[in-house]
Amino acid sequence: MRVGYHLTGRRLWQVRVALLLTAAALLAGGIGNGEAHQVWVKAVRICLECIGIG
Amino acid sequence: MKRRYIQVITALLYNCHLTGFVTGKIAQGPTKAVCVPGLNCYSCPGAVCACPLGSLQNAVARSHLRIPLYLLGTLILFGVLLGRVVCGFLCPFGLLQELLYLLPGPKLKKSPITRLLSYMKYLVLAVLVVGIPLVQMTPGFCKYLCPAGTLEAGLPLVLSNRVLQSKAGVLFSWKVFVLVLCLGACACCFRAFCRFLCPLGAIYSFFHPVACFGMRVDREKCTRCGACIAVCPMDIKEVGDRECIQCGACQEKCPHGAICRRR
Repeated sequence: MRVGYHLTGRRLWQVRVALLLTAAALLAGGIGNGEAHQVWVKAVRICLECIGIG
Repeated sequence: MKRRYIQVITALLYNCHLTGFVTGKIAQGPTKAVCVPGLNCYSCPGAVCACPLGSLQNAVARSHLRIPLYLLGTLILFGVLLGRVVCGFLCPFGLLQELLYLLPGPKLKKSPITRLLSYMKYLVLAVLVVGIPLVQMTPGFCKYLCPAGTLEAGLPLVLSNRVLQSKAGVLFSWKVFVLVLCLGACACCFRAFCRFLCPLGAIYSFFHPVACFGMRVDREKCTRCGACIAVCPMDIKEVGDRECIQCGACQEKCPHGAICRRR
């Protein structure tokens, strides 16, 4: 059974922080672009494709 | 047992717009701009938030090749914070699959074949979630496959709405067929949809080396006895790998106390 390789310690936290900052930037950019509103517009109407109609 | 409580509470929280099941109308509040981490159709009459997979496909379909920043940020956030803890704890469809597996009947055990089949969800991700929306500008996974959408949204809405009933055709029949097939498979193969088809699980699996929460093996205590892999119902090669849904079954079984939850 392989125990395997994992990122550990400082390196792991560096990668996590970098990814979290990236996520925050993407979220801020997306909200600024109006993408959150587009998600809302789609989600408040019945998705005909999702229910097998359209 | 604690995990089961969290799954049930999560499913109820995701779908707490209970009046929707009576009126046949879906929620329209501001929370629908926010995605839940698990697979939960936003057209479910009870859903109070958006589905990350459906939103991603729509963003890709309408993006004119621009990167969907908001959805990517959401998925990275969930992936880094939770990874496949979402699958094990925060997905209503995952809960349903586990409950179906409790039904009596023949069970298919994991094998090298099921491990190979687990790669299929990456194909589903590439073709139905990314490829078809880009080319056909339609949410491919939602339209042709998603059994959660059929179960949570399609059936309740079509059964309660005569207009939708009159429009149900071949596509609806296909989706019901896929749903029945999935549910049947889940009754004899543990989390068959999660393991072989779920593109959301595929996305979160990319984050397994960095996710903040999950299972961790103490290499000094581990004797490589393999008890963890034997008890795991998923197709893992090691605890915490891309197939691990972080359920904790291995932690209970480890004779050396080498497995704990990573923080």
